[in-house]
Amino acid sequence: MGRYLLGRLGQNLVLLWLVSMIGFGVLYLAPGGPLSQFALVPGMSQEDIARIAAQMGLDRPLPVQYWEWFTRLLTGDWGRSYRDSQPVLHVIGSHLWATLELMIAAILIAVLLGGWIGVMGAIRRYSFFDYLATIGAMVALSIPTFWFGLVTIYIFSVKLGWLPPGNRYTVGDGSFWNYLHHLIAPALVLALVEVAIWSRYMRAAMLDVINQDFVRTARAKGLPERQILFRHALRNALIPMITLAGLQMPTLLGGALVTETVFTWPGMGRLFLDSLGYRDYPVVMGILMFTAVMVLLGNLLADLLCAVADPRIRLD
Amino acid sequence: MAQVAAAAIEPVVLPPPTRHRALRRFLRHRLAVFGLVTIVLLVLLSAFGPYLVPYDQLFIDIRNRFAPPFVSAHIFGTDPLGRDHAARLFNAGRISLTVGFLAMMISIVIGTVVGAVAGFYGRWVGAVLMRIVDAILCFPSVFLLLALAAFIKPNVLTITLIIAATSWMEVARVVQNQIRSLRERDFTVAAEMIGASDTAIIFRELLPNVIGPIVVAATLTVARAILMESYISFLGYGIQPPMASWGNMLNNAQQYLTSAPWLAIFPGVMITLAVASFNFVGDGLRDALDDRLDAQ
Repeated sequence: MGRYLLGRLGQNLVLLWLVSMIGFGVLYLAPGGPLSQFALVPGMSQEDIARIAAQMGLDRPLPVQYWEWFTRLLTGDWGRSYRDSQPVLHVIGSHLWATLELMIAAILIAVLLGGWIGVMGAIRRYSFFDYLATIGAMVALSIPTFWFGLVTIYIFSVKLGWLPPGNRYTVGDGSFWNYLHHLIAPALVLALVEVAIWSRYMRAAMLDVINQDFVRTARAKGLPERQILFRHALRNALIPMITLAGLQMPTLLGGALVTETVFTWPGMGRLFLDSLGYRDYPVVMGILMFTAVMVLLGNLLADLLCAVADPRIRLD
Repeated sequence: MAQVAAAAIEPVVLPPPTRHRALRRFLRHRLAVFGLVTIVLLVLLSAFGPYLVPYDQLFIDIRNRFAPPFVSAHIFGTDPLGRDHAARLFNAGRISLTVGFLAMMISIVIGTVVGAVAGFYGRWVGAVLMRIVDAILCFPSVFLLLALAAFIKPNVLTITLIIAATSWMEVARVVQNQIRSLRERDFTVAAEMIGASDTAIIFRELLPNVIGPIVVAATLTVARAILMESYISFLGYGIQPPMASWGNMLNNAQQYLTSAPWLAIFPGVMITLAVASFNFVGDGLRDALDDRLDAQ
């Protein structure tokens, strides 16, 4: 276990290093690089720009710049926002919780609803319900998240007036119920794709398990079907779902960006878009790196949890 | 040999297909056929639609702003500038479908080359290439796309290129997997022994055997590319007005949601139809090309 952990950590560090190179590359693709914002200031001369470049260390060879940027990244110095000079990590941190709240709510919905649809589909395989779920999942995966958000707002906010059309809470009313009320629509919108994915994988995992020997043994022992399905089969079918959860990070983060835009949700995705608008490269790069690290951590965590949950998986 | 024999025996061992199984085949087939028909219709509509509508997509008619759909000659209504919504919708189809197909072709080429090289040369080259693929996949694609989009001058070509740049990794993985397993097979070893060059083996022996998975991946990539174009255009970094794409038509539809909901409905339906159709066809192709399906 310890050795495996070290190996996985090593692999992830290599990936992280590659990720940082790609991130740095993207930053330097920018026309004018990090200097472009200063070029817009009126009265800025070539000499001024050269001086700023020297002050920022941008006149040194690229590998040196990369190395400095990367080592700073590791020590937690992610630079400062061009917009308000706040440290990048601090800016990200102040928007992180709103995004996490949305993502956790969506995952919960996906696990419960998607899981239920998947299990039902597997138990009543090739039934009408199963076909409906299959087609429904494919359609759900084809609907643009932002458009589903617009439709949700139109139906539940404009027509029915049940849910607020955006924001995280009503100003002046910070009660738990107020937060929850605002969370419902964006969480459902973000969950749509996840429910579809979850139901498909849950169905496949359940079908895998149902055909295994220990389930047949349980049947032969004469256990009630309910107990077989939920005590024996489902518990084992849930193990591969842990891996799936880890792999959903990129989809969730991408979906969150779009959902946050439609619902004016003050999360990391909105921050990313705003920063793009301001050409605030340190924050843009910071978020790009931060999401990549979240994706890596998600995969690693899922593998470890999977090993803990399933004693058959020997990690070495 | 053993595999061929097993494949020949299996259908006999299986129980006869039940009514439901037939229904499933039928339905799956039906969905793929539905998808294909819809794609053809969408392509025809985008190609010839603009000639059928009596309005130009850019003609501004301020007296006819926000005309509701299905009541006047503007069958899908008009937008906030009084431009004909139908004309814009069909022209947008041209852009969105073109971006989808082009991005697919580019990412298939990149993905196939990277995957084939990584699968064929295994060890070092393969490991390095596939780790790079893993690393790019660590970035959520919407974030990566937007970061790239902010650095370019957005037009149809550049948008297509950045979508392709973020879509080839899955193809590379599929091709690499297949090539790696085919590389050990007798026919590859035989070709090597005759003295065929690496490129000849890859292009003549290996890749023809991977066509199936590549075609499936290509279909799904079109769906993904259309979706991605709509995402970044909706967020304002994709196709720029006055040129219309299905995504950017939704760009400011949100503020008219109460007064003119049709502005949001039609483009969204078109995107969903197009993406779902390609997904249906891809799914149908995957089932049709998968021999193992009969054994289930």
